[in-house]
Amino acid sequence: MSGIMARKVGMTRLFGEDGKVFPVTVLEAEPCPVVQVKTPQRDGYSAVQIGYHGKRESRLSKPVLGRLKKTGAPPVSRFKEVSMPSEEVSEGDVLDVSMFKPGEKVDVTGFSKGKGFQGNVKRHGQSGGDATHGTKQERGTGAIGQCATPSKVWKNRKMPGHTGNGKVTIRNLEVMEIDTERNLLVLKGSVPGARNGYILVRKNRLGRA
Amino acid sequence: MDKLIQEYDARHAGNELPDFRAGDTVRVYFQVVEGEKVRTQVFEGIVLSRRGSGTSQTFTVRKVSGGVGVERIFPIHSPRLERVEVIRRGKTRRSRLFYLRKKKGKAARVREKRTFTDRES
Repeated sequence: MSGIMARKVGMTRLFGEDGKVFPVTVLEAEPCPVVQVKTPQRDGYSAVQIGYHGKRESRLSKPVLGRLKKTGAPPVSRFKEVSMPSEEVSEGDVLDVSMFKPGEKVDVTGFSKGKGFQGNVKRHGQSGGDATHGTKQERGTGAIGQCATPSKVWKNRKMPGHTGNGKVTIRNLEVMEIDTERNLLVLKGSVPGARNGYILVRKNRLGRA
Repeated sequence: MDKLIQEYDARHAGNELPDFRAGDTVRVYFQVVEGEKVRTQVFEGIVLSRRGSGTSQTFTVRKVSGGVGVERIFPIHSPRLERVEVIRRGKTRRSRLFYLRKKKGKAARVREKRTFTDRES
């Protein structure tokens, strides 16, 4: 279940040989150095910490530089832990898009676009009332409970509030194309978040081809 | 738009079409799949608009067939698009000619663009 971090470049479309159109997202994944390997013996579980978001060395703090020096990694400013069998990699390795192959299914995790404070119609997909015929209930929340019994509002009641800007995972996106030369990863469909946002791309958890 | 997307699209752009724009009359050769067979269909009409960028570009062609207006939208980079012939250049003052939908007969025409080379030949 290994993965790498990638930057969302944007969306476009691809044509199949029969003229079928596929909406695709282009991701740019610069090679991610393995900064730390966690083993069951020492840490109780196996995982790999990878670095991403390359930066000039002069822009990094000395503690970070010290860590990177230990493994000989290029200057990166952000780190992410990815669950991965620890025997497969060692510190100093570099993970890149070649770990995926076209046709494979991947899971992507990112932060969705922030939508601010939203009502129930947008936030929970409720339908809202009539817009006309003298109604005063156009997009309101509606009733939120019963009366003297139970005399309270149940927990988890759907109400307006801050929407978006949360962690979202999308499963089973198909890899359409990889470009090891340009470090591009092309997935079928959309991924969470705005352009230039970072996305964690993992091999499909269920191991389905 | 991100430069990487533009470059990516440029690598995937399949078709090289002649230069045409809204107002031109074109003949479009488009492959149609009928069960097992692939047949080339010809659609001739006035280009109403071109839109999009990169591999997502499309153009709309309108013709009047048996008194009924017919419009088709073709993706410019579709592998099903065989070729496009420009029959007549139109002179227009706008890039989208949707007003033609409301016009009938003589009013639904586009003036021809005459260039120096046309007059000479």
